Amino acid sequence: MAGKTISEKILSAKSGHDARAGDVVVCRVDSAMGNDGSTPMALDYFEAMGGRQVLHPRRIVFALDHYAPAPSQKTTQLHQRMREFAARHGIEVWEIGAGIGHQLMVESGRVVPGSLALGADSHSVTYGALNAFATGIGSSDLAALMICGRIWLRVPATIQVRLHGQLPEGVFPKDIALALARELRADGATYQAIEFGGPGVASLELEDRLVLSNMVVEMGAKNGVFPADQKTSAYLGAACEGVASDEDAIYTRAISLNLDYLLPQIALPHQVYQVTEIAEAAGTPVQMVYLGTCTGGRVSDFHQARDVLKAGGGVAPGVQLVVTPASRQVLETLTADGTLTDFIKMGAVIVTPGCGSCCGTCGAIPGDGVNVISTANRNFKGRMGNSNAAIYLASPASCAAAAVRGVISDPRDIHREERPS
Amino acid sequence: MTGLRLDGRARVFGDDINTDYIITSRRKRESLDPQVLRQYLFEEVDARFAASVEPGDLIVAGKNFGCGSAMEVAVTVVLGAGIRAVLAKSFSRTYYRDAVNNGLLPVMCNTSRIGELDRLVIDGTSIHNATTGETVTAGGFPKIMLEILEAGGLVPYIRKYGDFGL
Repeated sequence: MAGKTISEKILSAKSGHDARAGDVVVCRVDSAMGNDGSTPMALDYFEAMGGRQVLHPRRIVFALDHYAPAPSQKTTQLHQRMREFAARHGIEVWEIGAGIGHQLMVESGRVVPGSLALGADSHSVTYGALNAFATGIGSSDLAALMICGRIWLRVPATIQVRLHGQLPEGVFPKDIALALARELRADGATYQAIEFGGPGVASLELEDRLVLSNMVVEMGAKNGVFPADQKTSAYLGAACEGVASDEDAIYTRAISLNLDYLLPQIALPHQVYQVTEIAEAAGTPVQMVYLGTCTGGRVSDFHQARDVLKAGGGVAPGVQLVVTPASRQVLETLTADGTLTDFIKMGAVIVTPGCGSCCGTCGAIPGDGVNVISTANRNFKGRMGNSNAAIYLASPASCAAAAVRGVISDPRDIHREERPS
Repeated sequence: MTGLRLDGRARVFGDDINTDYIITSRRKRESLDPQVLRQYLFEEVDARFAASVEPGDLIVAGKNFGCGSAMEVAVTVVLGAGIRAVLAKSFSRTYYRDAVNNGLLPVMCNTSRIGELDRLVIDGTSIHNATTGETVTAGGFPKIMLEILEAGGLVPYIRKYGDFGL
């Protein structure tokens, strides 16, 4: 019998069966998150299913992140309904301003290596960076697992992505994710797991791995899992064993990426896989620069953007710079180390930690004809709340470079022209 | 495949139709009611679609239908418009999952020769195009998905069994 991938091993442990790619298994769920986009419907399903009690309330958490703060009467009513349900059943609520549910799942220690961690949101794949099997589910799934603690899952086949080398200066994890999207397009990994491996993994910090796991869903993947190592243990503050794939595990495809030669990438409107090297798009005017989201809203992202902005002398006239930290903890760190003050002095609009403008549910909505460059994961038409705006996706440094010049620019050029600000 | 037999008019879309194109996130702010949201169905790709859809119509798409967000309203709004099945070359996994869980039949088959308003008959794994006379074969479902679909979705399934049977 052949060896197993990380995903097959975790789903075997959680189902009690010898789970192989293609099998459908029923698994015990270790932790699950619902946000204010998905949970109100889950509560409707819960009632319709005849649910009375939540089986393991401590394994469930609700995040108020999509409408933070609530921009309308209807959305504030959704929040009230979630809070009432949570209080009645002993479920923790991450309140408005605490941050994006995905970031909080990772920060809070609710996700550990080898666990099955789910979220009623497609970007729940993010937690795979911590060596968990993590995937997005629907509202009805969340309702059913609140009732019975379990979920049905098809065991995915796995694509192996082997990383070699180390990112050069001015090139960031987002560029790896975009290069991968270019290769796999929107459906190259549909129904499959992506397992990251190879010697290049060791050079990536936990925050870097979160960017890659976060974006696998844009290629259709069910989950994007990393092995556990010392960096995983250090991030969690506890030694962890982790789950490794077997030498003879079966992969449907192996992709090798040499980070040494990677250049800054950019996704053009309106598809994530419409990726080109940033030099190809240089000179395109931008009017809004968005720094934030569950892809690019962490401390290292803001540091990278701040460095480019300072080197370039600040924000160009006519550009709106929007800063939305992924969590309060991120905001606190940026406040303590002076980064937030730098952004404020540059005229940035500072938005409450949460999903912000990313999916047009609240925050700053771009105007008609506006080009946005964003650290987010999706650039679909209408995504940020206005279908007459165009969204480009790039690394925090590349977004900052566009803010400096008012046009899409290679961030490595900004550093070369350093001048005192 | 289920024993379900459906027939209806094909309403044809292309590849990579994401859930924001099916129903935009901003519309969800005001209501989650499929009967309200159906008036905005597919507005980003075809502003006239919502007014022209008829109960019993069948969505026909290319590859990767329902990619993007996992939001389940992208399934319930389709059901709310009276559509009982989506035929596509492939689906995003979250859309496929949400469809099964809500009793919307996701039919994976070769859709490249189906034209707008063709009359289709779905009978088990056979998809007959009465307009062109062609027939294509769809893939089947694993046991648990079939049980959920035959129950009419996860709500009646959990009401009946209280847990998953496997």
